[in-house]
Amino acid sequence: MDWLLVGIILSAFFLLGLSRLTICIRVVAIQGALLSLLPILAKGSLAEVPLVLMTLGTFAIKAVAMPFLLFRSLREAAIRREVEPIISLHLSLLAGGGIAILAFSSLKALPKAIPPFSPIAVPVALTVVLIGFLLLISRRKAVTQVIGFLVLENGVFLFGMSLVAGFPLIVEMGILLDLLVGIFVMGIMMYHIHRTFDHIDIQPHSSDSVGAPAALPLHESERVTR
Amino acid sequence: MMRLIAPIVIPTLLGIVALLIRGATRRRERRLLLSIGAMVHFILIASFHLFPIAETPWALLSLDPLGLIVLSISSLLFLLVSLYAWGYFHHERAPTHGGVSRVFTPCMLFFLATMTLTAVTNHLGILWMAIEGTTLASAPLIYYHRHEKALEATWKYLLICSVGIALALLGLFFVAAANGGDGSDLTVTSLMAHGGALDPRWLRIGFILVLVGFGTKMGLAPMHGWLPDAHSEAPSPVSVLLSGALLNCAFLGILRFHQVCLAAHLGPFTTRLFIVFGLISLFVAAAFIVHQRDYKRMLAYSSIEHMGILALGVGIGSGFGSLLHAINHSIAKALLFLTAGQILVAYKSKTSSEIHGLLRTVPFTGGLLTIGTLAVLGVPPFAPFMSELIICKDGLLHGYGIPVALYLLALGMVFVGMSRIVLGMIHGAPHPLPQGGERPSWPMLLAPGLLAIPLLFLGIYLPAPLRALLTSGGHLIGGAP
Repeated sequence: MDWLLVGIILSAFFLLGLSRLTICIRVVAIQGALLSLLPILAKGSLAEVPLVLMTLGTFAIKAVAMPFLLFRSLREAAIRREVEPIISLHLSLLAGGGIAILAFSSLKALPKAIPPFSPIAVPVALTVVLIGFLLLISRRKAVTQVIGFLVLENGVFLFGMSLVAGFPLIVEMGILLDLLVGIFVMGIMMYHIHRTFDHIDIQPHSSDSVGAPAALPLHESERVTR
Repeated sequence: MMRLIAPIVIPTLLGIVALLIRGATRRRERRLLLSIGAMVHFILIASFHLFPIAETPWALLSLDPLGLIVLSISSLLFLLVSLYAWGYFHHERAPTHGGVSRVFTPCMLFFLATMTLTAVTNHLGILWMAIEGTTLASAPLIYYHRHEKALEATWKYLLICSVGIALALLGLFFVAAANGGDGSDLTVTSLMAHGGALDPRWLRIGFILVLVGFGTKMGLAPMHGWLPDAHSEAPSPVSVLLSGALLNCAFLGILRFHQVCLAAHLGPFTTRLFIVFGLISLFVAAAFIVHQRDYKRMLAYSSIEHMGILALGVGIGSGFGSLLHAINHSIAKALLFLTAGQILVAYKSKTSSEIHGLLRTVPFTGGLLTIGTLAVLGVPPFAPFMSELIICKDGLLHGYGIPVALYLLALGMVFVGMSRIVLGMIHGAPHPLPQGGERPSWPMLLAPGLLAIPLLFLGIYLPAPLRALLTSGGHLIGGAP
C-alpha cells in the first residue's frame, strides 16, 4: 500500500506543475480515489461494514461528485482553461520539493501512524496539506483555489486515517457531507463570480481592509428594497 | 435528549418547507415561517431555563452551562432579528431574479439549526460538523445584495473559513492521536475524564491548530481577514447574527478544546495562547477602527476587538467575566447593527462622513446609536462596562499586570477612534434624508429598543439565576491560578 501513498504525493506534485484546469480536476479526482482505497487496502479485508460504507462514501464524494461539480461550474461559467499562477510553475514545483523534504525530515516530531498504516503516511499527509496551502496562495483563479482547498482537505483526511481509528461512522459521514455541500456552495459562488466579473479572477478585487469601500452608488450597492 | 433534538430539528424542517415554497411573490409566507421558527426555538430554549434538563454528559448531545449561555444568546437575537426583518424587508417590491433572495429564509433557519447543534453537542466531531455547517448556511445570506462587493465578501468568507475549519479538523485528529489514536469516544466529558493520560505533545499541537482554525471563524486577529467584509456587506439582520451569535459559537468551539487541555494540565500553555491572540486582536482592531469611513465596517472591527477581550478574559483566568462579556457584547452589537440597518434605510449610504445630525433627523435611531455606542465602548451605566471591569479586576488579582495594562490601552484607543466617528454622525447640522430614504418602521425600532433594556439593566444589577449560570460556566473554563 506504499504505492498508494506514493501516488497521492505524486498527484499533489502534478498539480503544482500542471497548467490546464481540466487535467487539474482529473488529478484531484484520482487523488481522492486513491485516498478512498487506502483504508480498505491497509486493513486488507472487506469484512467490516462501516469500513466498506466509508470507502464507498469517500469514493463517491471525492472521486465522482466533487470533480463533477467542478466540471459543471467550469462549463457553465465558461472559464478559460489555464491555471494562471502567481509564482511560476517551476518555482512552485521547487517549493513543493522543499515542503516534502521538510515534512519527511520532521518524521520524529510527528505522531506515529497506527499499525495497519505505513509509517510514512503521516509525513505524506503533512506534505499534501502544505502543498494544498501552496496551491491556495499561489493561484489566482477561484477554481484553482477550490482545487487547493480540496488538496488540503485530502491531506487532512489522510492525517485522520493514519492517526485515528474507530471514528463513529455518523461523524465521518457528516464531515464528508459538509465537504460536499461546501463544494456545492463554492460552485454556485464561482458561477456568480463569473457572471459579475466576467472572469473568475479574484485578484483585482481583493481590496485591502484598511481603505474601506466608501460611498457606493446606491442603485447598485445597498438595495434594501428588493 | 429528545428535548435537545427539538430545537435542531424544528428549524431544519421549517427551512425545508420554506425551500419548497416557490415563487418570488410569496415572501410573506416565508417571512411568517421565519418568525414561527424563531418563536418556537425561543420558547424551547426558555423552557431549558425554567425546567432544567439533567445533564447527560456521556451522550452525543448534552447541554452544559457554557452551551446554554451561547444557545440563549443566539435564540434571543434570532427572535429579534425575525421581528426586525418584517420592517427591514417591508419595502421589497422588485423580487430578485435568480435564487438568492428565495433562499434567505431557509438559510436563516438552517443557520439557526447548526448554531443550536454547536451549542448542545458534547462530541468534538459533531461540534466540528456543526461549525462548518454554520459557514455553509450563512454564506448565501452574506450574498443577499448580489453586488460585486457582497460577492467578494462571500467568497472570502467561504474560502478563508473553510480552510480555517479544515485546520481545526486536523487539530481534532491530533487530539484523537493524543488519546492514543482512539477516535471512538471523542466526547469532551470522556476526554476530560482521562485528561492526565493524554499525550501532551500532540494535544498541544492539536490545540494550536484548533485555536487558529476556529479562531479564524471567531475573528481573532491575524486570521480576521474575512470578517470586516462579511459583516459590512451582509444585510443588517444577518450582520447581527454573524456578530452576535456566530462568533460566540466559534468561541465555544475553542473553549471545548480548552476544557480538555485544562483536564490534561495544559492550562498554563493554553491561557498564554489566549492572552497573545486576545491582545493581537485588540490592537489590530484599535489600529484599524480609527480611520474607518464605513460605519458597518467600524462595527465589524469593534467585534474583533471584543472577541479579543473574550480570549484575553479566558487567558487571564476570568471565565466569569468573559462569559458575561460575551452576553453583553452580543446584546450591544446586535443593537448597533440593527440601528445601522435603520440608518442605511434612511440615508442609503454606509459612509459615516455623509451622515450628520441623526439625533434631529431620526431621533429614535440617533438615540439608539448613542446608547449602543456608549455601551460597546464600555461607558459606566451599561453592561459591557461591568464585564470589562471584572476582567480587568481578575487579571490584576491573578497577577497579569502587563496584559491588563495593554488591554486598557487598547480599549482607550478604540474609545477615541470610534467615538470620534459616531459623534460626527449623531451631531452636526442635520442632513435631510436623501431621495428614497425612508424613516424606519416600528418593528425596526422595536427590536433594538427591546435590546436597550437588558443592556442598561445588566449593567446595574445581575439577577441571581444568571449569576449562578455564569459562575458554573466560568468554573468549566476558569482553572487558572
